[in-house]
Amino acid sequence: MKISPSTNGDSLGHRSASLRRRHVVASLFKALCIGFTLFAVSVLGLLIAQVGADGLPWLDAQFLNNFPSRFPEKAGVKSALYGTLWVVSLTALIALPMGVLAAIYLEDYAPASRLTRVIEINIANLAGVPSIVYGILGLAIFVRFFGLERSVLAGAMTMSLLILPVIIISSKEAIRAVPSSIRLAAYAVGATQWQVVRSHVLPAAIPGILTGVILALSRAIGETAPLIMIGALTYVAFTPEGPMDEFTALPIQIFNWASRPQAEFHELAAAGIIVLLAVLLTMNALAVLIRYKGTQK
Amino acid sequence: MINSENAVLEARDVTIRYGGHAAVKNVNLSIYEKKITAIIGPSGCGKSTLLRSLNRMNDFIDHVTQDGEILYRDTNLYDEGVDPVEVRLHMGMVFQRPNPFPKSIFRNVAWGPTINGLPGDINLRVERALKQAALWEEVKDRLDDSALNLSGGQQQRLCIARALAMEPEVILMDEPCSALDPVSTARIEDLLFELKQNYTIVIVTHNMQQASRVSDYTAFMESGTLIEYGDTDQVFTRPKQKRTEDYVTGRFG
Repeated sequence: MKISPSTNGDSLGHRSASLRRRHVVASLFKALCIGFTLFAVSVLGLLIAQVGADGLPWLDAQFLNNFPSRFPEKAGVKSALYGTLWVVSLTALIALPMGVLAAIYLEDYAPASRLTRVIEINIANLAGVPSIVYGILGLAIFVRFFGLERSVLAGAMTMSLLILPVIIISSKEAIRAVPSSIRLAAYAVGATQWQVVRSHVLPAAIPGILTGVILALSRAIGETAPLIMIGALTYVAFTPEGPMDEFTALPIQIFNWASRPQAEFHELAAAGIIVLLAVLLTMNALAVLIRYKGTQK
Repeated sequence: MINSENAVLEARDVTIRYGGHAAVKNVNLSIYEKKITAIIGPSGCGKSTLLRSLNRMNDFIDHVTQDGEILYRDTNLYDEGVDPVEVRLHMGMVFQRPNPFPKSIFRNVAWGPTINGLPGDINLRVERALKQAALWEEVKDRLDDSALNLSGGQQQRLCIARALAMEPEVILMDEPCSALDPVSTARIEDLLFELKQNYTIVIVTHNMQQASRVSDYTAFMESGTLIEYGDTDQVFTRPKQKRTEDYVTGRFG
């Protein structure tokens, strides 16, 4: 068989029909991608604009400092905001060390056995379990069995269960991304496993771990179902003073206002959503800051 | 021909298996003090596996089992009472690809001595190691820069300095030049001659010219078996085994 260049020495500028068709397909695909991106972004923009238009007029110091009320002009989110901050802080305190330590164990310490694999697969499955199921679990175990009642602690522990799989999985990914050549180099100069983990694995994995933790906590902030399940109240006219106090949370308050017939309460719900988003963005900004500081060193 | 008076390390009937597959079969080999021993052989012949058994780095690979003994001055490295961390204080290692820590040049060299509480001034120790590795002049003004900004050849010399800072007795090198350009390779080979004054060196390489240039003794392995071991001159010019001759003369297979 004779092998010759397929263009047979033609000069440039004679694009074949097939090449023209391929260029058309390429442009179509690009247009499709741009189209869907624009669609997603504009839906989000519309949503934010709508919420802003409804809620911003209600957003003032009084709204942040007042407890819920039957009268829309007197109603505020103080108890819900404090409740959310309490629950999220406690959840972070419980789930962060537990999740990260579990991830370190599974990646660096656990033997490569069938049992380890079964555990890993089940953690991945747990990440997909509907949140209401965790609510039922929390109700049965923390509220009833341990007698924690409808406390901040019971809520935080339930939320911790909910986000633990997410934290473990993302921390595992971050730890696995640390090249094994670094670990071996550290062992080769006489390091123990703990020294390798502390000085090389964790510092390199922390940005990735933090990203996962913030995503998980963001999920916890928005969750309503498990908190309703464990009986977080909708009308709470005080802020929690300790982990054993009763509480309500922003999404519950928002849902409560949105389900009332009066239009003013619907606008209050929008204002509540803005507060919720603000808390979320503050947390993300904090994470970015910590990551930035971490990579500076 | 090889006098067995001053063997630092001695492999006796060493067989290493990955699961059921034997990568190293019944190898007997002595490593002599302040000499350079090269282990050569085709890819997959088990030379790197054998090298890693000398500082227990195979411990980190799943499903590896080992029979036989590795004697270090009459102590079997695989005896129950032997701590692998302590073994690695005596046998430093340089890897195939430069693998500096993503930290400063100084921290790369200082970390090992620091965590092990080695005595003396750490600044002096780092300077001495970098000088021994012929890197000091290039980095002395930027010790706090990230090691990742160095060139590949500089990174590998940094990894050598990192091993030297621990003042080991033996330095194990696993194809240390395979990721480097010829100029960097030549610098590291020069360095080996310097280091021979004070250290015992075992170098795995699939570059036969390198083995013949730098080593005192050469071991030729094929399919996990040690085919021939002797003076480098003898192995390359008057091999006793037909298979060694085929390999070193390039008539392989």
